[in-house]
Amino acid sequence: MDVKAKKRSVVPFGPQHPVLPEPIHLDLVLEDEKVVDVIPSIGFIHRGLEELVNRRDFNQYVYIAERTCGICSFGHGLGYVEAVEKLMNVEVPVRAKYLRTIWGEMGRIHSHLLWAGLMADAFGFENLFYQCWRLREKNLDLVEMTTGGRLIYSVNKVGGVLKDITPDMQKVILNNLSEIEVELKDIYKTFTTDYSVLERTRGVGVLTKEQVHDLGACGPYARASGVERDIRQLGYEAYGDLDFEPVVSTDGDNFARCDVRLREVFQSIDLIRQAIAKMPAETDLSVPVKGNPDGEALVRIEQPRGEAVYYVEGNGTKFLNRFRLRTPTFANIPAMCETMKGCNYADIPLLVVTIDPCISCTER
Amino acid sequence: MANVKRSPWLLHYDASSCNGCDIEVLASLTPVYDAERFGVVNTADPMQADILLVTGGVNAQSAEVVKQLYDQMARPKVVVAVGVCACTGGVFKDCYNINGGVDTVIPVDVYVPGCAARPESIIDGIVKAVAIFQERSDKHDKYVKEHGESARDTSDPDAAARDGNPADFFNALGKKPQEHTDHKEEK
Amino acid sequence: MGAKFTPKQTLRVIEKEGLLREVMVMKSRHMRLSQACASYKDGHYELSYSFADDETMDYETLRVNVGLAERVPSIHNFYSCASYYENEMRELFGVKIELIEPDYRNKFYRIKAETPFLPEDAKAEQKKEEAEISLNGADSDLDQEQAARDEKQAEKDAAAKKAADEKKAAAAAEKAAKKGAQ
Repeated sequence: MDVKAKKRSVVPFGPQHPVLPEPIHLDLVLEDEKVVDVIPSIGFIHRGLEELVNRRDFNQYVYIAERTCGICSFGHGLGYVEAVEKLMNVEVPVRAKYLRTIWGEMGRIHSHLLWAGLMADAFGFENLFYQCWRLREKNLDLVEMTTGGRLIYSVNKVGGVLKDITPDMQKVILNNLSEIEVELKDIYKTFTTDYSVLERTRGVGVLTKEQVHDLGACGPYARASGVERDIRQLGYEAYGDLDFEPVVSTDGDNFARCDVRLREVFQSIDLIRQAIAKMPAETDLSVPVKGNPDGEALVRIEQPRGEAVYYVEGNGTKFLNRFRLRTPTFANIPAMCETMKGCNYADIPLLVVTIDPCISCTER
Repeated sequence: MANVKRSPWLLHYDASSCNGCDIEVLASLTPVYDAERFGVVNTADPMQADILLVTGGVNAQSAEVVKQLYDQMARPKVVVAVGVCACTGGVFKDCYNINGGVDTVIPVDVYVPGCAARPESIIDGIVKAVAIFQERSDKHDKYVKEHGESARDTSDPDAAARDGNPADFFNALGKKPQEHTDHKEEK
Repeated sequence: MGAKFTPKQTLRVIEKEGLLREVMVMKSRHMRLSQACASYKDGHYELSYSFADDETMDYETLRVNVGLAERVPSIHNFYSCASYYENEMRELFGVKIELIEPDYRNKFYRIKAETPFLPEDAKAEQKKEEAEISLNGADSDLDQEQAARDEKQAEKDAAAKKAADEKKAAAAAEKAAKKGAQ
């Protein structure tokens, strides 16, 4: 046995790093080129916005909840609003539910395309990165047309939504989605058949179904390892009326994660089409909400990155006692550290990107 | 913009923002908005960067990182605060872990408003920063020509302070870094 | 079509002594730890441990009410990912959770404020209760284990600090020498 070769060294990774748009710090314990242990440390973006709920009234807080994260902003607003509505027994108009579903899926398309671009950047495929982001802009145009914002939608409120999607807009949406679908097929083909992409993704960072379960991972990350579970199947908002099956792969490696996320974009396009076809023509977009929240409620939402848990606790005043947000990336970090053990140092950036890290969500 | 002769490189750091502005910074560099046509290139190496884009309201831990990145950048350098959080703290100003604005830690030259800042305004901010960078590098070149490579311009308090400790910068300008207001008062 | 699942969402208040047992039952039922959080209410902590069943979509929450200075065992032996939630609870709320692995020792988020989610009066109350406990000397085996770990860590910290100080002093001396030479 070669004794000399086994020398341990600790290499810091982050917080400022070429593949990371957001800061996370990892201490990597290396044995030669092999990673043997990972110690994550977070807190570079911790703002403490959960505590702000004690000082902002529950209607104002919708806008702060949205700003938990700029990528999944609609989802966070939706989760908070749904939890408060559950607390106050408010039944939202059916059209508002469909509108929320459409915006939620638009958020998913934008988030997954963004991730696909960053992934391409991480394995050094600049062209693919730019193609994904160019395609994403088409989706952002739809968001801007319907809500007025590009990343922060600000259309949710307790009791309904603030804006409507008119028939004219629906035509534009359907038209743009068809364009996105055509171009996405090319991108999907590149991600799943290109030799240089497969070299970096096939068989790297494998997680088994058991590991995923034990480490509490969720979302597309877990579905890539064969966990057939999508929180949208709970049927919240209008998802109960729409026809879809969770997108699953069984390989559990980087390739499977690319595959699952890109197929989910096709699924989201399909869901938006279904929702537009089935949306009832009502005039009411919201119901008036009276009184203050009291008691506690827990709501689960499928974010682009996986299951997010919202827990609110009211005390009969206009200020909530506690708002708790468990974000998907927080749950995926233990699994990410597990995939890194035993892999090559050069694969670390890819393995960080492959969980679709949203550090702003994680640290709140 | 007219007399720009150089192609400054950008460094982007997220100092506890909500991520929205970071994505928009990247979006303004990718095809549709394409800020690279002004000659700027996104880099991840502070040693090679000329313009620092900071997003977010800076918290206890990221303050050190921002300072370090700023110190590692070669002279002359320009700082752009992107988004309302980086300007003043924004919606998170009252959070217990937010300092409130990048100018509590390092001197800022250009403020870009917006929540999230739109790519158009980020590009506008970058263009302004490019002009400032040109002006500073002209001054720097002139000084080096007169005084030699290793000389440091001490006559200009602004440039001298930018070289060293950020606290000196505030002293030189007779300003104080913005104070973090106690969030408990409001309750 | 309609919703494909009719999941149950339950909440059960249990005693602190029964926590590890209940968590073990959850583990044997193949539940996934979905989240754990703390909340401060009327002079005590409410700890919630939520478990999800991925087959039926059921969601069960275990609720433990503990006093401000009471010790709570860590559940990381059953669910390794729980340590992240527990570190968070301890840093933000000051819940006394014992034997977490890995133990971030209140440096999970590295915030400046101490237990920011706890109101000022509760902080004072917690200190008072802490003092009473240490007066009565109610040391269990767990406490001794934690104390031993704390001591070990303190030694390590002191050594690291000493090394850092020496390095700093050396650097300062070098700088001074350089300056003198100039």
